[in-house]
Amino acid sequence: MKILVAYKRVVDYNVRIQVKPDGSGVVTEGVKLSANPFDEIALEEALRLRERGLASEVVVATIAPADAAAHLRNGLAMGANRAIHVVADRSLEPLAAARVLLELVRREQPGIVLLGKQAIDDDCNQTGQMLAALWGRPQATFASKVEVEGGWARVTREVDAGLEVLEVELPCVITTDLRLNEPRFIKLPEIMKAKTKPLQTLALADLGLELGPELKVLHYEPPSKRQKGIMVKDAAELVAALRARGLL
Amino acid sequence: MSRVLIVAEHLSGRLNRNATAKCVSAARALSPEEVAVAVLAAEPGPIAEEAARIEGVDRVLTVSRPENAHPLGQVLAPQIVELAAGYHYVFGPATTFGKDLMPCVAALLGVPQVSDLMAVLGPRRFKRPIYAGNAILTVEVPEGIPVVATVRIASWPAAGTRVESAPIEAREVAVELPAHTRFVELRQGKSDRPDLQSATRVVSGGRALGSAENFQIIYRLADKLGAAVGASRAAVDAGYAPNDLQVGQTGKIIAPELYIAVGISGAIQHLTGIKDAGTIVAINKDPEAPIFEIADIGLVGDLFKVLPELEAALG
Repeated sequence: MKILVAYKRVVDYNVRIQVKPDGSGVVTEGVKLSANPFDEIALEEALRLRERGLASEVVVATIAPADAAAHLRNGLAMGANRAIHVVADRSLEPLAAARVLLELVRREQPGIVLLGKQAIDDDCNQTGQMLAALWGRPQATFASKVEVEGGWARVTREVDAGLEVLEVELPCVITTDLRLNEPRFIKLPEIMKAKTKPLQTLALADLGLELGPELKVLHYEPPSKRQKGIMVKDAAELVAALRARGLL
Repeated sequence: MSRVLIVAEHLSGRLNRNATAKCVSAARALSPEEVAVAVLAAEPGPIAEEAARIEGVDRVLTVSRPENAHPLGQVLAPQIVELAAGYHYVFGPATTFGKDLMPCVAALLGVPQVSDLMAVLGPRRFKRPIYAGNAILTVEVPEGIPVVATVRIASWPAAGTRVESAPIEAREVAVELPAHTRFVELRQGKSDRPDLQSATRVVSGGRALGSAENFQIIYRLADKLGAAVGASRAAVDAGYAPNDLQVGQTGKIIAPELYIAVGISGAIQHLTGIKDAGTIVAINKDPEAPIFEIADIGLVGDLFKVLPELEAALG
């Protein structure tokens, strides 16, 4: 069984996001870019399934400008067998990304597509679900545990009410939550080895896909700030302050 | 004029009233001609009756099928697409239920989705948070397609309850449903306390609690205040509290009237989850902790000394 992992490049999670003064976007010039942490968890899970003998090949894919090849090399250094780079000069919204991934699914015929539950840049939390719907296959989102047996995946999901367990028939889409695993660190020899692993490049336009309608982005702004508060010196003052505000 | 369809979330035969009533408020902000709530369940009766009494709901549509006993996105989505014919907007709550389901609806309709809708600026113009709430985006949905959105619960007030009920209409949906997904079980943390997502008061504990045993003082204070209990990600990762109590970007985003953060330093991802709270109280022994930057009332002190005093002062 082959596993396809969607592996997006985003602004690193440690970067303090700044909105450009003219509201045209957030500052990305000179800012560190990294793999979306949830996608890294997805890749780690795919590698573990392969290491347990449940998968034969792990393919990482990204849809990004030409300079994202180095990002895919990181995925290969982590342990993916090969990579697919769909070269697009702009970032795609989830519906378009799902249509591109569906085309890769058609070509690669994976048993599982693993993705992060959301990318930490647009925070959409849509692509995996959209892919499953377009593909007509089951989904298990927000996975915190994945077991594969007999053509089915048993997935524990982190939902608001607690932990939900679903069984989904393969092929399927699984999106990862934070506690699924802790991704491994990349070792130097792996980086060297990754340089010789296959990396296929496809031009987005050559896929001949109808990408569908997109949202029009009009404006970015920083979030509104909370007013600076007061300090109290002990529990009695705290209770008095809460009473004064009618909160007790 | 426009018509809005809201997908109701429910569990164990009960409506998630809070999430649904907040979607109704977001829908009403569009000044629509009609707001309908769709209840898809094995036995929609009592859920639909509760939805019908939410102020601002004009009708409730029910679909009763055994396959709807559990909320499976790929099972519900094709039915919602059928119900959505004639509606200009399809809203669901930005809870794990809505996040799982609504993108399937959007994909089947072939339209983009607006996630975490936090403000309505016009019939097709909305605000939503990105980068964990560190930037707010204004987007416009193109003309001529239905608007599919998840509604950010913390950004909207819950619509009220009224005595008279909106009409409830049973609908037949003639779509074949997939059998590729089996529900196995839902493991819920049992609690008599208020639900974290909808509580008006929340007391949360962080890593400074030091152990699961020590975390019990958070429960004690919460019970004294009639509050729900929350926890920071650090406290959850350390095993002091179960994950379904986690507050923050990677847990629950909440907006109680009163939020008391105890021994929580205030990592960005935690602050993202609480910044719509009415009043934030921070108790921390580190005066430099980032939580004090957004707290309305701050108290620098050892929580193991302050909390017993606070309990005593509350009587």
